[in-house]
Amino acid sequence: MTERNIAQALNDALDVALADPSVVLLGEDVGRTGGVFRVSDGLQQRHGAARVIDTPVAESGIVGAAFGMAVAGLRPVAEIQFMGFSYPAYDQIVSHVARIRNRSRHRFTAPMVIRIPYGAGIGAAEHHSESTETIYAHTPGLKVVVPSTPYDAKGMLLAAVADPDPVIFLEPIRLYRAVKGEVPDGHYAVSLDEAELVADGTDVTLVGYGAMMREVRRTVEALAAEGVSAAAVDLRTLAPLDLDPVVASVERTGRCVVVHEAPRTGGLAGEIVASVQERALYSLRAPIERVTGWDTVVPLRRSEHHYVPTVERIVAAVHRTLEA
Amino acid sequence: MPAPPAAPQPLQILTPSGDLAADSPLPLARIKDLYRSMVAARAYDKKCSAMQRQGRLATYAQFEGQEAAQIGAVAALEPRDWVVATYRDAAAMWFHGYPWLNLILGRTGDERGGHAPAGVNVLPPSITVGAHMIHAVGLGWASLVRGDDAVAMTFFGDGATSEGDFHEAMNFAGVFRTPTVFVCQNNGWAISMPRERQTASATIAQKADAYGMAGVLVDGNDLLAVYAAAHEAVIRARAGEGATLIEAVTYRMGPHTTTDDAGRYRDADHLAEWAARDPLERVRRHLEANGEWTAEWQHGIEIGEAETVEAAVEEAEALPAFDAGDIFDGMFVDLPVALRRQRRAAEDGAG
Ligand SMILES: Cc1ncc(C[n+]2csc(CCOP(=O)(O)OP(=O)(O)O)c2C)c(N)n1
Ligand SMILES: [Mg+2]
Repeated sequence: MTERNIAQALNDALDVALADPSVVLLGEDVGRTGGVFRVSDGLQQRHGAARVIDTPVAESGIVGAAFGMAVAGLRPVAEIQFMGFSYPAYDQIVSHVARIRNRSRHRFTAPMVIRIPYGAGIGAAEHHSESTETIYAHTPGLKVVVPSTPYDAKGMLLAAVADPDPVIFLEPIRLYRAVKGEVPDGHYAVSLDEAELVADGTDVTLVGYGAMMREVRRTVEALAAEGVSAAAVDLRTLAPLDLDPVVASVERTGRCVVVHEAPRTGGLAGEIVASVQERALYSLRAPIERVTGWDTVVPLRRSEHHYVPTVERIVAAVHRTLEA
Repeated sequence: MPAPPAAPQPLQILTPSGDLAADSPLPLARIKDLYRSMVAARAYDKKCSAMQRQGRLATYAQFEGQEAAQIGAVAALEPRDWVVATYRDAAAMWFHGYPWLNLILGRTGDERGGHAPAGVNVLPPSITVGAHMIHAVGLGWASLVRGDDAVAMTFFGDGATSEGDFHEAMNFAGVFRTPTVFVCQNNGWAISMPRERQTASATIAQKADAYGMAGVLVDGNDLLAVYAAAHEAVIRARAGEGATLIEAVTYRMGPHTTTDDAGRYRDADHLAEWAARDPLERVRRHLEANGEWTAEWQHGIEIGEAETVEAAVEEAEALPAFDAGDIFDGMFVDLPVALRRQRRAAEDGAG
């Protein structure tokens, strides 16, 4: 066990993964300087420039080349510098990476990971604060996962590298260095198919993932201080969604608030609300609430606090469900 | 494999010692004006770097060392022409009329920075690498469709030439002979990657050949060479002779941005070498040799330009921040009903 933050846990996961000679890392600035978030710090020095590869500035090239490597039997881990720069690779991801297994009826597969830092809240420049996971979660053939703790970060990344299918691995920028925890040394895997109940409670069920889990956890504490017992589920996997812990909890609490910083319309909260009412409508005592980003471009530094869900907004939503 | 042919020497008119290696394309008075503009740009660059350190700006991308490449190129344009540039091209944008106020607002993280005054044909700076080059093709193409003669000039880096959009932009410009001037500022680096790792071709300028357009390699720290190349490119574009790719060889004197630590991937040796080729200093020497420069004048313009930038900073910082509802206002001419509902919720701190 070593105490690590999320960036360090991911670095450790990549280091462990690179023990397998078929694993390669590629992306812009991932090698010599260790990535703009230092997630691959030191790995090129340790594993060589042939397997920790600095590419030209070309996202379609990175993902398309990783796809070819994966089909040839390697296990590439491609890095896109920020979610807002994943779109030049969109055609590769959606038309090729996600489809090759089905197109070739299992003859060819693309066991690859595309790591994408995402999310707002650090006052970054335009296009550096995107949370557009829905478009990847909406694409059949992709697994989309997002950890919120150092333990999950390492275990899920190792599971993603080992997965026989392509995984979009989202990394919450805001939490890279904000959360610390004990992380086992060496290899271990965390399921890419299971949400986790991270707090149990009887009055309301909070559902979140990734960067918003910090607000969700703080909301649990804020509610406890006013005598409200909140359960919280960290989805961890956005595609496929595991809603069993959510449904089980809602059957006890009768109330549910879903949180994400992605824009509201078409956001995953809509899917979660629909599924929960399908499976637990008669347990509900109040309409399910959503606390999300708005249907606006993510505002720049001076006003992003108007956009990213806050503990106050989540608490207010919980109060609405309690008053319903 | 045979070694690639050595890169040819870039066009140079003003040597680092301030001497003319060829006839000057500009009268001394104009050179003096452009020099003053470069001094202004450097004052802005330094002010923004300082403000970032004080936490008053988001990330900032310095352009020190690239003033001649930007101002020399835009100096060949008329106000009706277009400038489509990047996060590192504040000097080019400002010289074409985009106010310091807008640039500073953008860097403080305020959307109002993107609203250029009417009549200023400058798009907001492109933060995504590569996509904007093709916009300059469309802007120029519109001139062909409408039968006017406005030219579009786009600025981008050596790294941007690796993006697929570079190919599409160059190819369209070649096929449709659009009045587009591509200005690649090859500053040696794309974050941590040296120029040699972006392309295996000897120069970026030579890529023009493959697209059927003119390509020119110039000393990007030479105001007069950049101007001469841009001037020719603009004349060709207006005459219906199509696009030009100018590769301005320069150097990124600072880190990639204020969040980058260049010491991790490059040694400082190059900096001294490139400091000796400083684009301002060589013009200063030229002016001095021709009796057009004194220390008092220099002092005066430095103070004057710094004050102008300072006034813009004060204006930017005095602008009241957005209320929650204001973040919706940039989305549509008329806010759709669903968004109006969201806007109300945002104002109430709900949902
Ligand atoms: C599509 C896209 N990919 C990646 C990035 C991240 N990024 C910002 S600047 C940069 C390097 C660009 O280098 P170059 O084109 O040479 O311009 P310079 O920064 O040197 O001015 C990268 C990779 C981005 N902004 N957009
Ligand atoms: Mg560059």
